[in-house]
Amino acid sequence: MSLIKIAWRSIRQRALASGMTAFAMGLGVALVVTVLVVHSIIEQSFKRGTIGCNFIVGGKGSQYQLVLNTIFHVEQPLGNIPYQYMEELQNRYTPILQTMVPLCMGHDYKTHPAIATTQDYFDKLTYKDGDKFAFDKGRNFKDENFYEAVVGAKVAQWLGLKLDDEIEPVAPGEAKVKDSHGHHPFKIVGILKPTGTANDRAVFLNIEGFWRCPAHNPPPAEAGKTAPGKEKSPEKKPESAEEHGPDAASGHVHDETCDHEHEINREVSAILIGTKSGSPDPSVKAMTAKISALMELEINKGPVAQTVNPGRVLTTLLDTMVGKIQLILLILAVLVVVEAGIGIMVSMYNSMSDRKHDIAIMRALGASRFTVMAIILLESILLALGGGLFGLLVGHGMVAAMSSVIAEQSGVFVSGLDFRPVELILIPGLIVLAALVGYLPAMYAYKTDVAKSLMAGT
Amino acid sequence: MPDILHLREVKKNYLQPDGSVLRILDIPEFRVAVGEQLALVGKSGCGKTTLLHVIAGISRPDSGKVRIDDFDITLMSEAESDRFRAERIGYVFQTFNLLSAFSALENVLIAMRFASGRPNRARAKQLLERVGLGHRMTHRPTQLSVGEQQRVAVARALANKPKILLADEPTANVDAGHQQQVLDLIRETCREENVALMIVTHSAEVAGEFGRVDRLDDFNLAAVK
Ligand SMILES: Nc1ncnc2c1ncn2[C@@H]1O[C@H](COP(=O)(O)OP(=O)(O)OP(=O)(O)O)[C@@H](O)[C@H]1O
Ligand SMILES: [Mg+2]
Repeated sequence: MSLIKIAWRSIRQRALASGMTAFAMGLGVALVVTVLVVHSIIEQSFKRGTIGCNFIVGGKGSQYQLVLNTIFHVEQPLGNIPYQYMEELQNRYTPILQTMVPLCMGHDYKTHPAIATTQDYFDKLTYKDGDKFAFDKGRNFKDENFYEAVVGAKVAQWLGLKLDDEIEPVAPGEAKVKDSHGHHPFKIVGILKPTGTANDRAVFLNIEGFWRCPAHNPPPAEAGKTAPGKEKSPEKKPESAEEHGPDAASGHVHDETCDHEHEINREVSAILIGTKSGSPDPSVKAMTAKISALMELEINKGPVAQTVNPGRVLTTLLDTMVGKIQLILLILAVLVVVEAGIGIMVSMYNSMSDRKHDIAIMRALGASRFTVMAIILLESILLALGGGLFGLLVGHGMVAAMSSVIAEQSGVFVSGLDFRPVELILIPGLIVLAALVGYLPAMYAYKTDVAKSLMAGT
Repeated sequence: MPDILHLREVKKNYLQPDGSVLRILDIPEFRVAVGEQLALVGKSGCGKTTLLHVIAGISRPDSGKVRIDDFDITLMSEAESDRFRAERIGYVFQTFNLLSAFSALENVLIAMRFASGRPNRARAKQLLERVGLGHRMTHRPTQLSVGEQQRVAVARALANKPKILLADEPTANVDAGHQQQVLDLIRETCREENVALMIVTHSAEVAGEFGRVDRLDDFNLAAVK
């Protein structure tokens, strides 16, 4: 009959009170587990978001908004920048540039973000740890086929989209019905494999087709035939028809309503820039670093745009805002655990006067003061650990039960068996807590006057 | 015959709440021989339970020597005397003897645990069988009659092969029919194991069965038989 077994019997003796206090402890621990898991979900989805580019260029404004909108497709885009600005950057910084992908945000397809971009988005960019985008069905759209689209895995699944289906993006608040300003339908040519990023929940359109839609190019009657596009971007030179003309001519999908070659208003919400910073050639690397810094400075000083390093912004966001919220939640969860610990103390302490006689009998049978004290401490440790184990099971059970929902919503795959290393602290932490809260009742047992208690009992 | 118990100049007073001293024990000399059986009588409140506590080392005398099996327990540390009590002294209380969370068998095993640390399950079962509870071993105290509880207490008191068994009115709460049964059991088992027995009783009938009867009166013990 070990001391642990003796302690366990006393716990069972007061099954209801023990169960309640252990349950409260379990809830606290489940809360801690949940906070930790939620944090790691956020952290992982942030890490996956670094789309393999060094810079994001966008309109002036909040850098968080720029990054969140560009990578996670949430929030509203900042102001547009002229396409010409991108061309200027391209010309000036050619030696250090590897990829340059324009994005037009702000449209939706059935509540899913519709992003207009070039084929480079899928050909040259990466996600997570440099993984390439892959197609579950079909292929990437081609820059020369203006009205082609690619859809994310989840969108295809949710909306039951197939290859060759046609989708029509709308600007928020715009009626979906076709009117004279409507959007040209885009034909789905590819369905992406799941990536666990926001791209799973987005549709992608050929940016050229997007630009050509009448909704973005008011007909002459409304916008004024003389200077199309000038109202919006005064510094913009007339679009070079020659540049896009041949493409357009070779394009297979042609729509008479959308071909306003001379009035096309080309603007972008953001530009993703990948530099040669990862070049194996040290001299190229050094030059890239130097010129990148210069480019950053120049763009940010200029009046048109800003540029940010998405990795840096996400890290700051994670550390400052998300990290602080997580810390507050964690403190609250730990307080719940401490509170449950105090519950154990109160419940055990209240039971001590009933147990005085039992303690006196044990002492009369030859148990030392330390032995009866140890039994009480073991009791509080068993309650705390038992509750804690229950909490771990509940916490991870909840994660397991919700893993499919989490994967749907955030694209992050979590398993119920996914234990964070920090959770290991729970075990010694709970033992220390149990020893602290068990101290008072244990001292009561230690100090019990055997002779008096025996006389009181008889 | 050598003594198993020897008290010398044992004094015990209680300090009362009003500050005055309540004299309970003042025993110049008291001896019990190995395997001897005696009954202890005295008025209620005269200090019989206090005397048993002092002998068991549950409370300490204010002065004097308490020698058991040639060890002076008043010289021991508290932990030593706890251990000594577990190994050499059996104690049966008047009532509420058992630990309520444990079965009859476990109550016996716990006593062994506190003494040697190594419970002897076979002996525990054998003792329970000897007190006629072979069919009640897994019962909890609440599932046992008072008489049965007292018999478990006897088995438990003998678990560690003590040198002396102290029984404080063990049959006071047992009905007349079972009183004799419990008493016979205690006396027989003590005889079999050569354990000295000191039993407190209010019953003249019970006392009458013993060859030696001592009365506690005026703080001291005196032989009445
Ligand atoms: N802790 C204590 N403080 C003060 N007085 C005490 C204390 N314990 C016992 N007493 C007093 O000591 C006296 C002896 O008590 P004890 O229990 O030894 O008597 P007893 O002979 O066993 O009586 P009974 O036959 O009724 O069981 C009593 O008057 C009691 O009130
Ligand atoms: Mg008494």
